[in-house]
Amino acid sequence: MSHGNMNLTLKVWKQKNKNEKGRFETYDAKGISPDMSFLEMFDVINEQLISSGKEPIAFDHDCREGICGMCSMYINGRPHGPKQGITTCQLHMRSFKDGDTIVVEPWRSAAFPVIKDLAVDRSSFDRIMAAGGFVSVNTGNAKDANNILINKDDADGAFNAAACIGCGACVAACKNASAMLFVSAKVSQLALLPQGQVERKSRVLNMVKQMDEEGFGNCTNTGACEAECPKGISLENIARMNREYLGASFT
Amino acid sequence: MASSPKLNSKIPEGTLENKWTKYRSTVHLVNPANKRSLEVIVVGSGLAGASAAATLAEMGYKVKVLCFQDSPRRAHSIAAQGGVNAAKNYQNDGDSIYRLFYDTIKGGDYRAREANVHRLAEVSGNIIDQCVAQGVPFAREYGGTLSNRSFGGTQVQRTFYAAGQTGQQLLLGAYSALQRQVGMGAVTLLARHEMMDVVNIDGKCRGIIARDLISGKLERHFGHAVLLCTGGYGNVFYLSTNAMGSNATAVWKAHKKGAFFGNPCYTQIHPTCIPVSGDHQSKLTLMSESLRNDGRIWVPKKAGDTRNPNAIPEEERDYYLERRYPAFGNLVPRDVASRAAKERCDAGFGVGSSKMAVYLDFAANTERYGKIQANKLGLHNPSKDEIIRLGKEVIKEKYGNLFDMYKQITGEDPYELPMRIYPAVHYTMGGLWVDYNLMTTVPGLYALGEANFSDHGANRLGASALMQGLADGYFVIPYTIGDYLSEEIRTKSIPTDNEAFAKAEAEVQERINKLMSIKGTKSVDHFHKRLGKIMWDKCGMARNKEGLTLAITEIQKLKEEFWKDVRVTGEANEFNPELEKAHRVADFIELGELMCKDALDRNESCGGHFREEYQTAEGEALRDDDNFAYVAAWEYKGEGNFELHKEELKFENIKLAQRNYA
Repeated sequence: MSHGNMNLTLKVWKQKNKNEKGRFETYDAKGISPDMSFLEMFDVINEQLISSGKEPIAFDHDCREGICGMCSMYINGRPHGPKQGITTCQLHMRSFKDGDTIVVEPWRSAAFPVIKDLAVDRSSFDRIMAAGGFVSVNTGNAKDANNILINKDDADGAFNAAACIGCGACVAACKNASAMLFVSAKVSQLALLPQGQVERKSRVLNMVKQMDEEGFGNCTNTGACEAECPKGISLENIARMNREYLGASFT
Repeated sequence: MASSPKLNSKIPEGTLENKWTKYRSTVHLVNPANKRSLEVIVVGSGLAGASAAATLAEMGYKVKVLCFQDSPRRAHSIAAQGGVNAAKNYQNDGDSIYRLFYDTIKGGDYRAREANVHRLAEVSGNIIDQCVAQGVPFAREYGGTLSNRSFGGTQVQRTFYAAGQTGQQLLLGAYSALQRQVGMGAVTLLARHEMMDVVNIDGKCRGIIARDLISGKLERHFGHAVLLCTGGYGNVFYLSTNAMGSNATAVWKAHKKGAFFGNPCYTQIHPTCIPVSGDHQSKLTLMSESLRNDGRIWVPKKAGDTRNPNAIPEEERDYYLERRYPAFGNLVPRDVASRAAKERCDAGFGVGSSKMAVYLDFAANTERYGKIQANKLGLHNPSKDEIIRLGKEVIKEKYGNLFDMYKQITGEDPYELPMRIYPAVHYTMGGLWVDYNLMTTVPGLYALGEANFSDHGANRLGASALMQGLADGYFVIPYTIGDYLSEEIRTKSIPTDNEAFAKAEAEVQERINKLMSIKGTKSVDHFHKRLGKIMWDKCGMARNKEGLTLAITEIQKLKEEFWKDVRVTGEANEFNPELEKAHRVADFIELGELMCKDALDRNESCGGHFREEYQTAEGEALRDDDNFAYVAAWEYKGEGNFELHKEELKFENIKLAQRNYA
C-alpha cells in the first residue's frame, strides 16, 4: 500500500472570507504518493494541519470523478492544472516531479467572489441558466420520444456542447474573465435541437444579457477557454452563439 | 404475518394494472388559488429533488429548494453513468411494462412492494418523453431514433443513455426546468444550505432548521410539506462511489423525529469499480455497468498467476460469470456479480498487486466491432491490426470517457490491457419508510428517490436509480401530495418564531456548540475511516452473526470516543467544511449501528444482504419467505434504541421463486 516518496512545496492562497485580503502561504507536502489525486494530497496536508492544531485549507470538491464541476483550483497558472482534458480531482501526483513547487489559487473573476481560501461563489452561472437555459415545457405534456427524429450528427453535436460541467475554468482561464464558452455551450445545445427552436432567439438574448449583468468580461477570441476546458467544449460554440445573437438582434 | 398497525402502506384497491390509473384520477386535488398559498420545502436537488421542485412549481405551489453544494447542478445524480431504463419496447424485443415490473421485483430478490414497482414501470416511458422534450441529448441511431443498450438482470435492451454521462444529462434537464422556475420566481433557491433538523408541530412536519454554510447562521423555514430528496447513505462505509459530500443527515434527523427507517441493511455493492490503490484513497470510482455489455470478466485459472494478462492464453482463463450463469453471463445482477468476484479473490485467484481485483476485458468485442466496421467500410481481408484499430474506435465512441477516467486514475491504458476491477459500495436500497404516496410515518414529511426504501427491494438493477428518482419527482409526488395538501388549505403559514422552531433551532445550536467545544485530538476523517472499516469488514458483501454483534459494540465504542475526542477546527459562524463533516459523521455512526442491527435481525440472505449462515449449496442467497417477506421499518426510541415494525409484503401477481440466472 502506497505511502509515497514525493516531497513538494505548496504555495496556497489563503483568504478568510470575501471581505478580507488574501495572501499566499507555504506548506510542505511530504511522503506524497504518485497514485494520489491532487485533492487527496490536499486531504493529507489538511490532516497534518488539523493534527498540529492549525486550520485546514478550504477547497470545493464533491464527486471526485470529474463530472460534478465543483473542484476549481488554479494550479501553476492553469485552471485544473497542467494536464489537458481533466478536472483537478482527476489530476494525479504522477503528473508532478519530486521537489516541485506548486502554486494553487482560486478562480479569479469579479463574477466569482472568493468565499474562503480556494472556494468561490459561482451562483452567477445559475442565474444565467435561469435567464434562458431551458426549453419551456412543463411536466406531463410530452409526446412519444421517438416522434421527434433527430439527425445523429445534430444529436451528437448537442451532446458535445451539453457535456459542459459548469466548473468555470473557461472564465478563470480568460484574461477578460469572459463566460462566453459556458453560455455558448448551452445556447448551442438547444439551438442544434428541434426542441429548442421556439425560444431560440429569446434564449440567446436573455442569457447574454444576464451574462453581461453578472460582470463577466468580453470575448476577444484568445481561445484560452477552449484550451483549458476539462470537457473539450469547442470554440465553435462561441461562433455559433455570435451568429445566433446577431440573428436574434436584427429581427 | 400481519403488518404493524403503525404502518399503513395505503396501497390502492384494484388490479395491479389499474391501481395507479384509478388512484391518480381520484386522488384529491388542490385548486390553483389554494396552491399559491401552500409552501413546499424540497431538500436536495438531484434527479428526485430537482424534478419534484420544478414540477410542483409549474403546478403553482410555492417551492423552496436547498442543496449543500454551490449549485443544484452538482448533486450526485450527475455522476450516474450508464443509463435510464424505460419499458418503451423500441427495440421490438418483447419488452413491456409487465416485464420491467417483473425484472425489478425479481432483481430485488422479492423484497419490494408490487404496487410501487408496477407504478414505476408504468411511468418509465413518460420519463423518456419528458426528458427528450426538454432537450436531453440521448444517444441516437442514424435514422434519428433513440438508441438502447442492455444492463444487468434483464434480457431486453431498454436502457436509454447519453454516452457514459446519462446522469449528467438527465440532471441538467431537471436543473434547467428548475432554473426556469427560479427565474420566474416560483422557486426560491438556497444553495450552500444544509438541513439540520425537521420541525414537527402537533404531529405534522411543518418545516426545517437549515444552516447557511457560508455564514454559519441557522435559519428557520416553514413548509406545509417537506420533501427529503437527499440520496443514499453509502458513505457510512467511508469508501464508496458516492460524492464526498453525500450524507444521511437529513434522513437521520427525520428518523429521530419520528420517520421510520426501512430496510437499513440493504446496501448495494457494485461489481465494477476501480480497486483501492492505497491508504490515501478518498473515494472509489465506478466503471459503468454498461461496460459489461462489451467486456468479459475473468481471472486466471491458476491461483497467484502474475503473468501479464495479455500473455495468458484463452484456455487458461476462467470466465467465471459465463461459467456459472450461462443464461445471463456477464449481465447477472450486481449482487450476484459482486459476490462472484469476492469468491474468486478470496479463493486466491485475484489479480493486480493487491490480489483484490478481477479483469474486465474488451479484447473480444474490440475485434468483433472491428470486423463489423471493416465490412461497413468495404475493406476486404483487413489485417488484424486494422481490425483492432477500427474496433478501438467503436469502443472509444461508446465508452471513451470511462476509458479516459480509468487511465487517469490507474495510469494504465484500458485499450491495451484489461481493466482491473473490484466491487465497491454504490447505492443504498434502504431508506426512510414511505407509503404509496411517498409519505413517511410523519404526516407532511416525504422521501423521494434513493432517500426512500421503496422500489428496489434487496437489490437494485442497473439504470433503475435514475428511473426511480425521476419517476418520484416528475410523475408520482405531483399527484400524491394532493392527498395531504388538499386537507391543509386552511393552514396558514406558521410564523417561524413559533416555539417549536425555536426549540429545534436551540437543539441544533447546542449540538454545534458541543462539537466545537470538544477540541479533541483526532480529525473527523479519522473517525469516519474507522467506521468505514468496521462496516466494510462486518456489514459489507458478506455478513454473519458473530461479526455483526461485534460491529455493534465497536460502533458504540467509536461513538463514545467521537464525542470525547473529535477535533473540529475553525469557527461555527463561518464557512467550515470540518464542522459540516463532523455533523455528517456523527449521524453516519448512529446509522451504521442501525444497519448492523437490521442485518443481524434479518436471518436470511436476500439480494445485497448476504448472511453467510444462509446460502444454497451453490453459494447463492437463500431467502426465507415464510419468516422474512416483510419490510423492516425501525422506529427510533431514544439513543441506540430501535423498535422493529413489519410491513408484510404480499405477492399477488408474481410467484416467489429462488432467483435463477443460470
